[in-house]
Amino acid sequence: MNNLDKWDWDTGIKQVADLSAWQEQFSYIEEFRASPDGESVAAIVKNEEMEFTVCRQDFGNDEPETWENGYDKVWNLRFGPDGRLSALVSDVGEWTVCTDDEAWENGYDFVWNMTIAPQDGTVAVSTQKELAYCAVNNDVPWQNSFSRLTDMVISPDAKNTAAVVETIPVLEGEIFKFRKGCYSVAVNGTPWKENFMNAWDPVFSANSSSVAATVRTSYKDYYIAVDGKTWNTSFDSAWAPLFSPAGNSVTAPVKKDGKWYLAKDGDLIWNTPYAQLWHHIYSADGKRIAAIVAPEFGKWTISVDNAPWQVTFSEYVSDPVFSPDGTSVACVFKEKGKWGIAVDGKVWKDRFDMAYPPVFSNDGMSVAAKVEMGGFYHYVLNGEILDSRYKSVEPPLFSHDSSKIMIRGLQLNDWKRDVVAINRRRI
Amino acid sequence: MYSHYEFVTGPFAWMAFLIFIFGSIYRFYSLYKLARKKDGAVFEYMDLKFALRSIGHWLTPFGSRSMKLNPSMTVVTFLFHISLFLVPIFVFGHVVLWKENFDISWFTLPNIVADIMTLIVICSCAFFLWRRIKLPEVRYLTTVGDYVILLIVAAPFITGFWAYHQFPGFAAITIIHIISGEIMLIAIPFTKLFHMFTFPFTRGYIGSEFGGIRMAKDW
Amino acid sequence: MTESNTVTPVKEIDDKGILKGVEQLTPEKIESTILQVLKDETGAKLKVYVDTCVHCAMCSEGCHFFLSMDRDPKYSPAAKVKQTLWEIIKKKGKVSPEFIKNAAVVAFTQCNLCKRCAMYCPFGIDIAYVISVMRRICHKLGVVPLYIQDTAHSHSVSMNQMWVKDDEWIDTLMWQEEEAQEDIENLRIPLDKEGADIFYSVIGPEPKFRAQLIYQAAVIMNAAGENWTMPSMPGWDNSDMCMYIGDYEMMERLKKEHFECAANLRAKRIVMGECGHAFRSVYDMGNRALGWRMPPVEVVHAIEYYNELFENKKIKIKHKFDRPVTLHDPCNIVRGRGLHEMSRNVVRATCETFIEMTPNREHNYCCSAGGGVINCGPPFKNARVASGKEKAQQLLAAKAKGAEVVIAPCHNCHGGLEDIIHSFGVDMELKFLGDIIYEILDLPEKEE
Repeated sequence: MNNLDKWDWDTGIKQVADLSAWQEQFSYIEEFRASPDGESVAAIVKNEEMEFTVCRQDFGNDEPETWENGYDKVWNLRFGPDGRLSALVSDVGEWTVCTDDEAWENGYDFVWNMTIAPQDGTVAVSTQKELAYCAVNNDVPWQNSFSRLTDMVISPDAKNTAAVVETIPVLEGEIFKFRKGCYSVAVNGTPWKENFMNAWDPVFSANSSSVAATVRTSYKDYYIAVDGKTWNTSFDSAWAPLFSPAGNSVTAPVKKDGKWYLAKDGDLIWNTPYAQLWHHIYSADGKRIAAIVAPEFGKWTISVDNAPWQVTFSEYVSDPVFSPDGTSVACVFKEKGKWGIAVDGKVWKDRFDMAYPPVFSNDGMSVAAKVEMGGFYHYVLNGEILDSRYKSVEPPLFSHDSSKIMIRGLQLNDWKRDVVAINRRRI
Repeated sequence: MYSHYEFVTGPFAWMAFLIFIFGSIYRFYSLYKLARKKDGAVFEYMDLKFALRSIGHWLTPFGSRSMKLNPSMTVVTFLFHISLFLVPIFVFGHVVLWKENFDISWFTLPNIVADIMTLIVICSCAFFLWRRIKLPEVRYLTTVGDYVILLIVAAPFITGFWAYHQFPGFAAITIIHIISGEIMLIAIPFTKLFHMFTFPFTRGYIGSEFGGIRMAKDW
Repeated sequence: MTESNTVTPVKEIDDKGILKGVEQLTPEKIESTILQVLKDETGAKLKVYVDTCVHCAMCSEGCHFFLSMDRDPKYSPAAKVKQTLWEIIKKKGKVSPEFIKNAAVVAFTQCNLCKRCAMYCPFGIDIAYVISVMRRICHKLGVVPLYIQDTAHSHSVSMNQMWVKDDEWIDTLMWQEEEAQEDIENLRIPLDKEGADIFYSVIGPEPKFRAQLIYQAAVIMNAAGENWTMPSMPGWDNSDMCMYIGDYEMMERLKKEHFECAANLRAKRIVMGECGHAFRSVYDMGNRALGWRMPPVEVVHAIEYYNELFENKKIKIKHKFDRPVTLHDPCNIVRGRGLHEMSRNVVRATCETFIEMTPNREHNYCCSAGGGVINCGPPFKNARVASGKEKAQQLLAAKAKGAEVVIAPCHNCHGGLEDIIHSFGVDMELKFLGDIIYEILDLPEKEE
């Protein structure tokens, strides 16, 4: 968890960095990233030796600080929840992870899919060395490696990693061997005993002890497998499974006779046939489930506990999110080429060139989202567009007591952090 | 003979018309229901403007490249379908029957026109038969059913022509003419002749797809 | 005689995917699979199409197979339906493994699903759809040509067509970025850039065999000053052989991955490279299968994008391409999206002399490689190239008028035309529109 409480929540603006100074200093700057607390900004730059490195400026420091080490290439720069800054770096063909200018000891022929645990900022990556693939968690590689690895995920407690792996190497053209099943899910390097034709979307349980994934055993038989054991019923297709935050039951959208349903541990729990159903989410207590659904072809909305909203959207619905107390759901939608936000089936009046995932305040009374209009970014709070516009902005953050909102963004050449008190009402 | 005539113009005629009407309605309804159930997306893409645009092009002689490449087929097909449609409805002998039985009447074709159109249908059928036998790509596709349909279509016109011109045996031929006409009516909902009703939909659908989504011509 | 009166035995084929697949069939499995597909997955559309066809053979003129094979009636579009779905429907699924073998060869290798015949059928019957149903049945029976089946397997594992591993993809992008910096200093292929105007997507063979196309695209994007990005994660590949083999569940998974990759990066629109079948997958079949009436993120084909560049004067050229060119109209973006006038705009904006092939635009002949046919690989190559005879004559006619270069804005067309050009001694050079634009692009002088 990040330390939301410990941050400075006094209202007012903090100028974090004057980026014109950066532009003078560096011939090459990539996209800026802001730390969760908004007090730091960083970017990949080229140093005087024309090597790639990372530059960071913290509030209160007049000068940006550049990492001492330069590299042949740096990419995927990101702040962790703890404010540490990580990136993937390569030197003389060897790749590794570098956090706050400190590289891991182990190097690889390639590293990617940098995953930062939201709990404590632990970094995990997928790696390849001499064509052997494995996941590496906090500089500790798996004991086993594989000929192929995809879909790596890290557990909620940040102690485990899982990924889809090729357990029996398949050469191009070996279609009959492929059909017998050459893929499985490996957890911390140990594959499940069962092999499948395919496996996708592994996910950990809330207590990090179990892993579920979508698998198919033949072209026609899709299952959800939990710790290697498939559900008793097969379906025509299935999307990503999810563990309940309470207990170890697993739900997944499944397809049967051309229609989609939500199934739990193999049984349909949403019996309404949908033209589409995916990206279901649980409320924090695990008691409610919401999902993106298409009740009919070409009509999209959110269904909460199998009750779809009245309103439907013709183009796209994404990013559903429950309020912390589980009573409300917000999402992004697209209609007639424009984007918007809807909360509990009510549509905010404005349309945008782009809308980002909505965020609830802790008390569930407020919803905010980053949006783009006419080439600038704004926040929309409870349906009202806030005045200030930004060239670039991070997602909104509410204070713990839900009374304030923090904006982290770039205006003119100033990277700033603005804490604003808000009216606590929902529109 | 008289009772045969009574029967074929009475109960059998009623039956033929009822089967034709209700059979067609049933066919339509069941296809519509099936489409709603299984091809819901089709309705999403149907677009009246583009459907009519496509139908318009294909109901215009030489309105498509396909027709231009097959001029004889185009000419024959158009004349055939026009005659096939107009003659039974507007020939004097048929209108008289409507007048006698239901006291309704409408425009009639001059006899000589109807006569020529009848010959057109008969010759067209001969042309289609020739195509089916002679052109390898048509022959390959042809089934017994296709010949039977050709016969079902040609028969009322051949017998009608015969009866009208009072060639030998025309009394019996008249009965056969009536029966063959009724067979054709009955056949419409249950055979490939139903294409007369599905044409606007298949054409309209591909027209909608090409016009509305693919932004291309379909002719 | 059972169904054999309609089965014209195909010449012995050498494809393990089909032969071994057929060995594993039983009459029961065939029947139950067919009935399942017909009952659960098809409806009024198929029924109306099959019932409405009056066997007039007008579709024949629409098919380049029929024309190239000296009007052999077996290759007429309706004849291919006769050899597949008619018989299956008539027999209610009670057909032999031998029948399925022939049907698979017909459906997978003798139809490019180019939809040209739909423009020659008076009823507008979409025969490509009917053939796709046959492919779907073959997929469910496990009787699919080996090469394309393998490609579909690659899709399922790696989410791309060419078994490209996640790291190889990123590595290729970085390599091309470095190469392109030779042209433009500090040029970037921005990975995973959130909120870009353009999400650029390509097909699997680009990183595998034609990486210079990514390089060229990067140079063009940079020269045009675009705010663009490419994803580092799966979803970058817009291609889709699962669509062509009838593995619609996988097609859905691929398209979901692709669209969500762009949507999650909050890209305004997807610009895709010069590929035809991928366009069909994102604009027609894949999006619909998932319930999207139209693509959820606007999809812009390279032709449309280049046209925009010239219309808005976003790039400058040094001079026009000076060799006479002709232009091939790929089915999936012409009959599939009406881009033929735009492609001509781009050709006129970039080339001095443009010579039309005839027939053209919606009526252009397919390259014979589309619809997954080229992806069925070497066992069917000779037959495929032979069915390009009509295309070869078209090319030769354009050549006789002076054309030296064929522009084909589609990968599959490139593959197909390349073979045709070699086999029929056409001797013309083949280019993408992007090749031409890159060649004549006026780049700012690079500081040394």
